Amino acid sequence: MDELISILREIHPDVDYETATNLVDGKILDSFDIISLVGEIADKFDVVVSAEYMIPENFNSAQALWNLIQKLQDDE
Amino acid sequence: MHNHVLKDLKNTVEKYPDKTAFCGEKSALSFRQLDRAIDGIGSFILGEGIRRSPVVVFMEKSPEEVASFFGIIRAGCYYVPIDAEMPSVRIHLILENVQADLLICDEDTEEKARDLGFGGKIVRYGEIAETAVDEAALTAVYDESIDTDPLYVVFTSGSTGIPKGVVGCHRAVNDYIDQLSEVLGFTDETVFGNQTPLYLDACFKELFPTIRYGATTYFVPKTLFMQPLKLVQYLNEKKINTVCWVVSALTIISAFGTFKTEIPKYLRTIAFGSEVFPIKQFRMWRQALPEATFTNLYGPTEGTGMCCYYRVDRDFEEGESIPIGRPFDNTDILLLDEEDREVTKASGKQGEICIRGTSLTLGYMNNPEKTSESFTRNPLQIHWPELIYRTGDIGRYNERGELMFVSRKDFQIKHMGHRIELGEIEVNAQMIEGITGAACVYDKEKGKIVLFYSGDKEEAEMKVLLKDSLPRYMVPNVTRKLERIPLTSNGKTDRVTLMSMVR
Repeated sequence: MDELISILREIHPDVDYETATNLVDGKILDSFDIISLVGEIADKFDVVVSAEYMIPENFNSAQALWNLIQKLQDDE
Repeated sequence: MHNHVLKDLKNTVEKYPDKTAFCGEKSALSFRQLDRAIDGIGSFILGEGIRRSPVVVFMEKSPEEVASFFGIIRAGCYYVPIDAEMPSVRIHLILENVQADLLICDEDTEEKARDLGFGGKIVRYGEIAETAVDEAALTAVYDESIDTDPLYVVFTSGSTGIPKGVVGCHRAVNDYIDQLSEVLGFTDETVFGNQTPLYLDACFKELFPTIRYGATTYFVPKTLFMQPLKLVQYLNEKKINTVCWVVSALTIISAFGTFKTEIPKYLRTIAFGSEVFPIKQFRMWRQALPEATFTNLYGPTEGTGMCCYYRVDRDFEEGESIPIGRPFDNTDILLLDEEDREVTKASGKQGEICIRGTSLTLGYMNNPEKTSESFTRNPLQIHWPELIYRTGDIGRYNERGELMFVSRKDFQIKHMGHRIELGEIEVNAQMIEGITGAACVYDKEKGKIVLFYSGDKEEAEMKVLLKDSLPRYMVPNVTRKLERIPLTSNGKTDRVTLMSMVR
């Protein structure tokens, strides 16, 4: 989770990822942020986030994204 | 005969009064409604006594914003679209440059508009769109119009830190739409899915053909460009058959395995540009849609939309580049070497891509210096004054005689489909208190803008501070603090060393 937060901080250092729950709906992350984020996640966590998982619900908070990463890791 | 960009509109309204012209997330306008709003806005502007002047449009992307553009044109004025999400600092630079007397906003942008310190009058779209139509006044303006009159000013990144306003006219837009429509085959059955923003010229591909042919344009919601599956479902739901997108928007679909679940089955015409299409991604598209045509478009804003095209007619191997092809009919491309001599097709040598013809825009707004740098006399023809536009792009012809993009002469980049001068980022970084040096490079491989700087700000803080002055797409992806910016022996920023530090 810490590693994920540091990836997120690289993108937007001014966001409190511990508490934010509207990263997508609040327009904090835009589509290009999501794309680079998915790339970083693939590098760091060795999981592929495919199209079906690219929905706001999975990216609105660091926790939701972390849950997704874990789910994808378990599925493998 | 008048060569006005709205010349076909009345005809289209008569043929397809109730057909949807433009459809956004919150609203839609039929051709009849669009026409009424255009005439209302045009009449309002004329009633205000505003003639042949810039009018700022500061609205959310919507069918109503398009009606404002055309309403301003109807009044014989020219529109200046400003992205409502742009930082105020940059908006000020644009407002200062154009000195407009009128700004049109909407309910969502009104508050920000009133905080801009705009010197002229601010009106809401809703207040003016239903103005009683002054037929006589509108006709008089139309009859007086000539096709070299301006109709828009769109702002592009400037290396000195100040955006440049490109002024375009009726004649060039009409010519562009003639050529583009022929190449891509637009008709009244065309259903566009628009992706590009309305504050640039990229959206002309949809806006003008829609009113000319009675086509329909859907503004694809921005949030769908992070949800590839939903994006394709949207395209299918709206039966979209034509897209003219930046490459990165197309690869969002192909890169995440979307085609395994859903294919954009109505798509027949796919045009792309502004960036290099990674061949691996491109092949996925062609495989998913073997019946569709794929066309690479190339052209700077200064050449009115696009000026070259290549219709894909063969397979490409990884590592190859898709050509930019050939100029549209009625446009000429010159390749000039460093001594301003012509580079011939057969030589295979590189030269600066220069544009000649009707497609040239009128120049930069209130900026004679920059205008004369890029819009110059044609050095190959000395007998009378003839302008060319020097793009700053380096090109060459391949063995098939197709034009290929090679690189840039300067520090302009294409990042996520946006044209950016790295110099503009550097100037904005240097303006931050406590910053003693700044240099920007682009990591093409990773698609990241990397800013090196020296000064007393931390790396994270630097990024946050830059958000106040730069549009989102220009904010560096990586900020790196250095003791000092490395210089070459003759005192220039040592970009080679900086690039090696990125790797």
